[in-house]
Amino acid sequence: MRYLPHTSEDIAQMLALVGAESIDQLFEDIPANCRREGELDLPAPLTEWDLNTHMDGLADTMGAAPRYKVYIGAGSYDHFIPEISRQLLLRSEIFTAYTPYQPEISQGTLQTIYEYQTLVTRLLGMDVTNASMYDGASALAEALLMSIRVTKRKKVVVSKAIHPLYRQVVATYFAPTDFEVVELPFGADGRTDLSAVGDLSEIAGVAVQSPNFFGCIEDLKQIGETIHSDKKTLFVVGFSEPLAYGLLKNPGSQGADIACGEGQSFGIPRSFGGPGLGMFSAKQKYVRNMPGRLVGKTVDVDGKSGFVLTLSTREQHIRRERATSNICSNQGLCATASVMYMAALGGTCVRGLAQLNHDKAEYLKAGLKGAGFEVPFAAASFNEFVVKAPAGFAARRDALLEKRIVAGLPIASYYPELADHYLFCATETASKSDMDLLVKEVSA
Amino acid sequence: MSHTSSETTWMPTGTTGLIFNEPLLWEQGAEGRCGMSVPESDVLMSPLDSELVGDGPDWPNLSELDVVRHFTRLSQWNFGVDSNMYPLGSCTMKYNPKINERQAALPGFAGSHPLLPESLSQGALKLLYDLERYLAEVTGLPAISLQPAAGSHGELTGMLIFAAYHKAQGKPRHKVLIPDTAHGTNPASAALCGFKSIPLASGEDGILTPEMVDELMDEDTAGIMITNPNTLGLFENNIKEVAEVIHAKGGLIYGDGANMNAVMGIVNMADVGVDVLHLNLHKTFSTPHGGGGPGAGPVCVTEALRPFLPVPRVVKEGDTYRWDEDYPQSVGKVHAFYGNFGVLVRAYSYVLSMGPFLKKASQLAVLNANYIKESLKEVFHLPFDRVCMHECVFTDKYQEQHKVATLDMAKRLMDYGFHPPTVYFPLVVHGAIMIEPTESENKETLDRFIAAMRAIAEEAREHPDLLHQAPRNPKLGRLDETLAARKPCLCG
Repeated sequence: MRYLPHTSEDIAQMLALVGAESIDQLFEDIPANCRREGELDLPAPLTEWDLNTHMDGLADTMGAAPRYKVYIGAGSYDHFIPEISRQLLLRSEIFTAYTPYQPEISQGTLQTIYEYQTLVTRLLGMDVTNASMYDGASALAEALLMSIRVTKRKKVVVSKAIHPLYRQVVATYFAPTDFEVVELPFGADGRTDLSAVGDLSEIAGVAVQSPNFFGCIEDLKQIGETIHSDKKTLFVVGFSEPLAYGLLKNPGSQGADIACGEGQSFGIPRSFGGPGLGMFSAKQKYVRNMPGRLVGKTVDVDGKSGFVLTLSTREQHIRRERATSNICSNQGLCATASVMYMAALGGTCVRGLAQLNHDKAEYLKAGLKGAGFEVPFAAASFNEFVVKAPAGFAARRDALLEKRIVAGLPIASYYPELADHYLFCATETASKSDMDLLVKEVSA
Repeated sequence: MSHTSSETTWMPTGTTGLIFNEPLLWEQGAEGRCGMSVPESDVLMSPLDSELVGDGPDWPNLSELDVVRHFTRLSQWNFGVDSNMYPLGSCTMKYNPKINERQAALPGFAGSHPLLPESLSQGALKLLYDLERYLAEVTGLPAISLQPAAGSHGELTGMLIFAAYHKAQGKPRHKVLIPDTAHGTNPASAALCGFKSIPLASGEDGILTPEMVDELMDEDTAGIMITNPNTLGLFENNIKEVAEVIHAKGGLIYGDGANMNAVMGIVNMADVGVDVLHLNLHKTFSTPHGGGGPGAGPVCVTEALRPFLPVPRVVKEGDTYRWDEDYPQSVGKVHAFYGNFGVLVRAYSYVLSMGPFLKKASQLAVLNANYIKESLKEVFHLPFDRVCMHECVFTDKYQEQHKVATLDMAKRLMDYGFHPPTVYFPLVVHGAIMIEPTESENKETLDRFIAAMRAIAEEAREHPDLLHQAPRNPKLGRLDETLAARKPCLCG
């Protein structure tokens, strides 16, 4: 086996030094009633070439872009990924390193993550960003738990227009606790209706998502002002499409105390939903309540500037059961991919790309309207939007799969009140001619 | 630089070469540059309400080559498994096979949307289904969720299962026993689920005894979290008896599988009484750690606990696979989609490449650790002198008289071209040096590592300042961590 370097001579010499007669003898300390008999019942090892054939066969069954035109976003977006990020990520000094516990020989990882923290902080208009969480969903759950730590209150409020799968994860994290999660409805325009928020003095944090699950851009300023009528309640702004903030007013400028969400859009393949990237930023005054690792700047013995993991007294390996979170491994390589993407795109081009995403989706929205779809929500949207489909669309959508087109995502299973409603997404990868074809195909 | 050790004259692996200084991203660039193609628009521009539009992020503007040089130079300041031996105890830094990267990058996998119709996801669903079966064979536990994104996420899922199970029995419990040798993630994960952790001191020979467990176990205790082999590198020989004590009082056994690399094909976790176990695929199953993640922390449980696993689950009907959400006792979802699928692809590829040789990997990992232990125990204090599993733990006791500490030796090891072992963990061993070579290292590399450690022990006696000033070969010397924490500068 090519991953196992030991020759029988090596093994004999090593056993002699160890003072054992056989490898089995090394395991004799394990009580006999704890040892298993026989060999593992696993398929015989494949050669590299047979493995490739097998994997190609599995991958070929998938309805993946670019072979398929998939007009679904919903927390996982089709954006072009520059070749440089694929190749640079394979620099094995980066991808075969562990968490940078030894800073002198981990400066590459540490500076990269410091740069990630900085560019995300600038994107979201916040003060401080951690080194990453697992995904947008766990980042939201951790943000709400953080609001409870900060305020010592026991109730959090989340908008129903937040990604339904993120809300399911929040429910899982909160189930064994005695904290309460209350949901806010959305209004007729597709944005959160804050009027039912209740007594803010009992609420640790209020979370909305913008753009929300329906693609609608929330009125963050108005929501923030209402929430901050109580001095303690934290305003949590979630997102699943960070590219929107290439164009939109950022959460920090609208009063967010915590901004968190999914960063997959920035140079990370959709990869059937993971690995993605949980982005997590906050205002400076909450830094010691944040979950996750932080990279900070310092100097070495000779006064040269460098970076280390810092403020680790918040973390599980020091604070154990009193830690701000249990997270240890995070999504470091995905954070690395995203900072490469942000660096390559730059401050000027990100605006153009974000505008292009908005324009493509508006084009598709207008086309679908012309084809007999209704647009139920009047609020402005970014690169995805909800439509109500005309009768017979479900069957037409199934038939289109044969033509390698996936026409939107049905959302009635998440929102029973939205029967026949579909969420469509168009990014820069959707060409006008492909969208024209889609519209033609779905026209009655 | 050459060093004389007692046996041979040899050149250390570490040396210095030409590497580059590189400023921060925003200290370079110029307005007007862009490092990425942005497509021309083929549709009409549709302006957003100006009330919604902001200034956009203040990111630098760089060319493509600027970005390539930047990250290439940064990568050269790093140390990875591909650089040299990385004996970080409890982290299982084994070789990350290159072919696995090809599989994860296949357009069919990398380009797949998670909410595709099942008819267009059959390959991914089959992969997940089969990987679950393979991990069930390795652990002996029949029911598996691949959703947790890392080891501690697996622990959290396990603790959620503990809570849900006891609630279903009609009597929620409030405490969990956690040995003092456990990773910090164990008590932190238990606390997230509202459990109070009750610390449990390990016995004189480094392992748990059923008597100690019996003393603390009661009907308000949900169970125990055990890392086996434990973080001292020792097998918990009494695990079966400990499990009997816990089970007799209605509790459950959580197995932290961080150290599974010692016992694949050797111990069946179900047979020794484990009810819930997480695996770290980025350790035992060779997926790259990426400088911090992503990992994957599948949770494996007994048949009795299957109802509580996260949803959705993959089910097979005839030759087709589908998602199933209908498990009313499930703890719910712990990830927006199905976990770190790209990591699962790599682990699956590893299992198919290794097959039954996984057992051999564990055997050789244990042989390598014992070889190092026996080769160094004269020069470094070994607190528990018995056959170890896949890692061995020394201390700095013999070096204290020369005012040399574990940290100094760890830093000096960098000058010799090795990544230091895990240091000062487990906490119960003063000045711990925890070495895990893994099965990937050949005998010559182990011999070079042993020679470096011996040379360092000699330097501790003869030239302790060399160690206090170490490291000198890396780009930077020791960094001021106190300053970083006292005046946090987390953003440029």
